[in-house]
Amino acid sequence: MKLFSSTTGWLLLLALALAFPFLAGNDYHLTVMSTAYIYAIATIGLNLITGYTGQYNLAHSGFMAVGAYTVGILTVDHQVPFWIAFVLAGVVAAAIGFFVGLVSLRLKTHFFSIFTLCVGYIMYLLIEKWESLTHGTVGIIGIPAPPNIGSIDFTEPRPQYYLVLFFLVLSLWIMHRIVRSLLGRTFMAIRNGDDLAQALGINLMRNKLLAFMLSVFFAGLAGGLYAGFVRFIGPGVASVEHTFDMTMYMLIGGIGTLLGPLLGAIGVPWLTQYLQVLQDFRFVVFGPLLVILVIFLPYGIVGTWMNRKRRKEALAAQAAVPGSPREVSSIPAAKGATHA
Amino acid sequence: MELFLQQVLNGLTLGGVYSLVALGLTLVYGILHVPNFAHGAFYMAGAYSAFFIMTKLGLNYWWGMLGAAAVVALISVLSERLVFHPLRKAPYLHHMIASIGILLFLEAGAQAIWGADFHRMETPYTQLLEFGGLTLPAQRLLIIGAAFLLVALLQLFLKKTITGATIVAMAQNREGAALVGIDANRVAMLTFAIAGALAGMAAVLYAPINLVYTSMGNLVITKAFVIIVLGGMGSVPGAIVGGLIIGFAEAFGAFYISTDYKDIIAFALLVLILSVRPQGLFAKGAH
Repeated sequence: MKLFSSTTGWLLLLALALAFPFLAGNDYHLTVMSTAYIYAIATIGLNLITGYTGQYNLAHSGFMAVGAYTVGILTVDHQVPFWIAFVLAGVVAAAIGFFVGLVSLRLKTHFFSIFTLCVGYIMYLLIEKWESLTHGTVGIIGIPAPPNIGSIDFTEPRPQYYLVLFFLVLSLWIMHRIVRSLLGRTFMAIRNGDDLAQALGINLMRNKLLAFMLSVFFAGLAGGLYAGFVRFIGPGVASVEHTFDMTMYMLIGGIGTLLGPLLGAIGVPWLTQYLQVLQDFRFVVFGPLLVILVIFLPYGIVGTWMNRKRRKEALAAQAAVPGSPREVSSIPAAKGATHA
Repeated sequence: MELFLQQVLNGLTLGGVYSLVALGLTLVYGILHVPNFAHGAFYMAGAYSAFFIMTKLGLNYWWGMLGAAAVVALISVLSERLVFHPLRKAPYLHHMIASIGILLFLEAGAQAIWGADFHRMETPYTQLLEFGGLTLPAQRLLIIGAAFLLVALLQLFLKKTITGATIVAMAQNREGAALVGIDANRVAMLTFAIAGALAGMAAVLYAPINLVYTSMGNLVITKAFVIIVLGGMGSVPGAIVGGLIIGFAEAFGAFYISTDYKDIIAFALLVLILSVRPQGLFAKGAH
């Protein structure tokens, strides 16, 4: 019953992921999966600020582009070793996130989203126009792959896959530690209501800023991985459509859960793979799907399933001990509803 | 001096278009407190409807504009009925995501029907008027004239008619409006229709000097958001003044600072102003 919330469930998923290269028919499938993992890392980051802390950041793909361009510019134009550039990708994204967050997090609900939408556009336009730094619309070509470790060659699809998987597992583990800690509880308290959180003695600005920086740190790392994996980047990485994609992954899987964004980020790209005709027009289907989900299944697949399970358990507990209080749901129930 | 006046003209043109789009956005926000991200897609749908009417049905520019207004008003009302109405009690995040869903659907739909190519929209007003050393393209004059006419008509409608007053009443106080017998559903549908029609007409006005393409609404809608945040969400005069401010800032910025970075100006302005005044430029209360 507790398949996905328990360690065995996660280990099963990990075993599947480890065995995937041996089950996959060809390298193309590996590439699709690796790309999905990279976006999953970024989506996990977006989920921290949106799903757990309740602030919808529309500049998320902009921060991913910051990470990607940090790696691209440093390795190609300044011959910095890949791994140093990769670490810097996360650091630079978090540093920019500090300043953006400082200004934007003073705004609430959709004002924050509109503000970050504009920040995302500024990032996109800067990347496109600042040719001396970013190579403009041409993009950065010939980004080196991560250097070999021993005899492992990271230009091969299989080592690439395991490298990306390693970072995905690491990200998930870190995120698991965060949301289970007091810090994670603090973030959820902020999501459930600014005023309430403040009444509990939570420093709103400091915690929101921390969540924001952590979130864009993941985006930056995902961007850095993307640069080393695809080895070509253009301004398109920063476009807000990627944030919309990640929102879709998060929502379909289940916003504010650990497993949901992962499922969405892996499941949706595979779905589009099988609906090849839909590649360019995928949003003809996914647009309405997004609307339907939000109306009928707002907690996504995982969230709905967990809510149902929790209700069953609560009912069982109530039957056993009459009059006992129900367990409080940790799934976002009415976030932001009170401060429109 | 001529160059300066030329920029004033450009500013008025841009400001007029932005004001029309921002007005629709601010009206919808006033009624439902929904930041409608799909509004830019409505704008795009307007340009494509007019393009279709003019090239496939062979009707003239004005029929194109009328058709665009009708089609977009319909799309807008439908999205209110099918999407925003069922979500009226949901948290704000759901509205935003749903409106993004509509946006993605309309953009992908337009691309599926018309392809990703850029299209030119023909206009009967291609002549250049000379006036005291100024070159005045007729289409730009038309945009300015039509935009100001539409804004004035909207103001008259909101101030002088009972139907218009119901919209204002709903925006001021939802419960109060319901108490005096105003039908919230009717007003919401009406507001969405007006917002859609304004966006459609703005697109048909601006498309001949721009181009018709699927992502044409993205920058316009983002700037419209900047405008209504600056002017105060839900404020009609704020949207008009804000539209003109952004229009002028862009026209003069493109000329005196850099053409490359002219699209950034609006966003930089927003970041700057919200950094200093988180409640917006003209807003009375805090957000």
